[in-house]
Amino acid sequence: MTRILTLLTALILASPLQAEIKIQDVVSPKGVDAWLVEEHSIPFVSLEIRFKGGTNLDAPGKRGVTNLMMGLIEEGAGDMDARAFATAQESLAASYSFSAYNDSVAISAKFLTENRDQAVELLRTAITNPRFDQDAIERVREQVLSGIKSDLTDPKEIANRAFDKAAFGDHPYGSSRKGALESVASITRDDILAAYRGAFARDRLYVGAVGDITAAELSSLLDDLFAGLPQTGAPMIEHAKYQLTGGVTVIPFDTPQSVVVFGHEGITRDDPDFFAAYILNQILGGSNFSSRLMNEVREKRGLTYGVYSYLVPMDLGELYMGQVSSANDRVAQAIDVIRDEWARAASKGVTATELEQAKTYLTGAYPLRFDGNGPIADIMVGMQSQGLPIDYIATRNDRINAVTLEEINRVAARILRPQDLRFVVVGQPKGLEPSN
Amino acid sequence: MNRILAFAFSLLAFAGAAFAEQAVTSFKLDNGMQVVVIEDHRAPVVVHMVWYKVGAADEPPGKSGIAHFLEHLLFKGTDVLAPGELSDVVAANGGTDNAFTSWDYTGYFQRVAADRLELMMRMESDRMVNLRLTEGDVKTERDVILEERAQRTDSDPGALFGEQRRAAQYLNHPYGIPIIGWRQEASKLSLQDAMSFYKTFYAPNDAILVVAGDVQPDQVKALAKKYYGVIPANPDLPERARPQEPPQLAERRMTLSDEKIAQPYVIRTYLAPERDPGDQDKAAALMMLSELLGGNPATSVLGQKLQFEQKKALYASAFYNPLSTDDTTFGLVIVPAPGVTLTEAEAALDEAVQQFIAGGVDKVQFERIKMQLRASRIYGEDNVQSQAQKYGSALATGLTVQDVRDWPERLQAVTEEDVLTAAREVFNKDRAVTGWLTNPAAQEAVSQ
Repeated sequence: MTRILTLLTALILASPLQAEIKIQDVVSPKGVDAWLVEEHSIPFVSLEIRFKGGTNLDAPGKRGVTNLMMGLIEEGAGDMDARAFATAQESLAASYSFSAYNDSVAISAKFLTENRDQAVELLRTAITNPRFDQDAIERVREQVLSGIKSDLTDPKEIANRAFDKAAFGDHPYGSSRKGALESVASITRDDILAAYRGAFARDRLYVGAVGDITAAELSSLLDDLFAGLPQTGAPMIEHAKYQLTGGVTVIPFDTPQSVVVFGHEGITRDDPDFFAAYILNQILGGSNFSSRLMNEVREKRGLTYGVYSYLVPMDLGELYMGQVSSANDRVAQAIDVIRDEWARAASKGVTATELEQAKTYLTGAYPLRFDGNGPIADIMVGMQSQGLPIDYIATRNDRINAVTLEEINRVAARILRPQDLRFVVVGQPKGLEPSN
Repeated sequence: MNRILAFAFSLLAFAGAAFAEQAVTSFKLDNGMQVVVIEDHRAPVVVHMVWYKVGAADEPPGKSGIAHFLEHLLFKGTDVLAPGELSDVVAANGGTDNAFTSWDYTGYFQRVAADRLELMMRMESDRMVNLRLTEGDVKTERDVILEERAQRTDSDPGALFGEQRRAAQYLNHPYGIPIIGWRQEASKLSLQDAMSFYKTFYAPNDAILVVAGDVQPDQVKALAKKYYGVIPANPDLPERARPQEPPQLAERRMTLSDEKIAQPYVIRTYLAPERDPGDQDKAAALMMLSELLGGNPATSVLGQKLQFEQKKALYASAFYNPLSTDDTTFGLVIVPAPGVTLTEAEAALDEAVQQFIAGGVDKVQFERIKMQLRASRIYGEDNVQSQAQKYGSALATGLTVQDVRDWPERLQAVTEEDVLTAAREVFNKDRAVTGWLTNPAAQEAVSQ
């Protein structure tokens, strides 16, 4: 029976699934560029908009200003205050969300075909003419401050903040994008306006659209939305320098289970070894039940509910990170197992079987990502901002399949550096010696 | 099928353009297993789910956590699947898999390329009846669920508080026990406990199969017959009859104070009716009530009054879960603005609700909410997994496919008077638990 199952698996794998996503490059009369997938079966459009820069562009001493600014875009625009704007949005059953990330600010919008023009006009008003009313600033500021206070007693946040600070120091990556209590309290309306003008510019704009819209319709929509924005924004900042050494940091905290964040320097997205590193991580600590770390720490020893590792290739810095939570009296063992697995993969590499299984998983899972208008628009924006070609989707699985065992094991020895692993432990761990 | 289409047209009177709704087919296998097929041919992907109509509220006394523990143990193998092999095979086929446990159901699912559906069915049907466990598996996995409890509950005072409030909400119904289990009981769960629960409840006549994606109903039917249809029904399946709530006659209040709480808040839940088969109107009215009170903060009753006008709250909202086999809850929450005490916040919340009942429903807001609910059907079509979730969770809590189809229409039919009647009935503090989550410093500030 087991054999039959294996045979069936092999047969099925002979016909890999292809993602058939037809992307059009649309350039508007006024020069706004967007990628489009037409999907007319459901009468709505998902629009994903991204401006590079993000909270990295926060002015000195004003950490958190970009995050606060993005929280205010929907809090009043044109002749509408916050409530009038929300009412207008609800009347159209449109949805807009505004987010600030380290490397970008993002707008996700979806709207019905039947009232598309009005929904776009409302979004245009928000993007090009936000009010930043003082009462809205104070209201959202208090919400942000409340969140920052909660982070200060959240073990996972404490661990991440400590790791980032030690890794990147005074670079924006070294602190929370929400800012600190003092910096957020000091932000003025002028600071917010400056952050807005620095962030929303056409020289850093990427757009993905998916849904019930033609290229011609999108083309005029793009000019409606973005032609009013300035050509250039704030200058980008410098690459972050990784400053952390290997060892263990313990931050005492009254909790029954220690939370651990660990990692060392990573690899850039455009590194020729990136695909090998990506597959390697899938084998070591990827996001399913079959990874080495999950198997050794959870399945065999029951030391945790979950353990993961992940590559973090940011625009201005690279990390190779992981996380685990384990009871205070068992966390030392969990850390030992993780360090051993890191070292074993670095020195001995992975097996041919593991490589094949990871390739099958990654190539099979890839088409499953394209499972809705919103996700596809998001993927397209990600591709554009990473400088990937428009035909990337069709070639991506070939790039995964091209990685050889020799290559992945060379890359394992290169990027896995067990001696450089820093574990930041928040809790009351037993039998764990902090180092410097 | 005709019925669905006609229905779609009538709904879209506002839209001006018709669109073909996803086709939903449902049938029963001879052994009593219900099957729902949701077609979405946009991408060659399928979601395969098996829902068991058993959850934490069906556990024997003293065995809290066994439904969830068993869910974990179902990945430990059968005669033909080694521990972990099911997930490995899913991953090797480019799919993802997971499982979940609630008070009313336990579900297992895989998301995978549509041409691999048969393999999923082969493995899922196998573990419906052929689970093999060793003492070693049970011991290690018990450590895992205790770590899960530590991570999700014991390390988080807000989660511990929720657990305590729920225990106080239900005087007699097992909805008062946590899904993960009380630690002292979960830490003693045994192989025998798991197998006994498994043999009682895991059977085709207690299960629902939901297949959603790029599939044809006939093809699903043939495969379901081949893999699930051959499993005999369990003739001894117990009827689902949990201890019910007695009349709740006394208001309950509780305070949890912990230094780790940076942001205090007041939260109150009232015992409330749920969606029942053929009888969803009360729940529909409560759904509209929660949207009116607590939808978008900038337009909802509580958000406008407490956040925007009085500025007493950083956040104020209402929430309601209509999907439940037995009595559910309707909730209110207020997170006070700096300088506002929990006493003041709670009073402001109560006053806002009373004013709403006295003043009536804003017609324009009411219509906007209905418009959004209509639109959410269009947006919802974009996510086939959430469609599968919608049918699975409804059927597993005792509703029918027809109830699921009727629900949007029932929501549209709610009148302003229905909402006010529902509000007057549900807001009875004798049936409520009011909780204050706070920290020692904030408490001291109040008493000074």
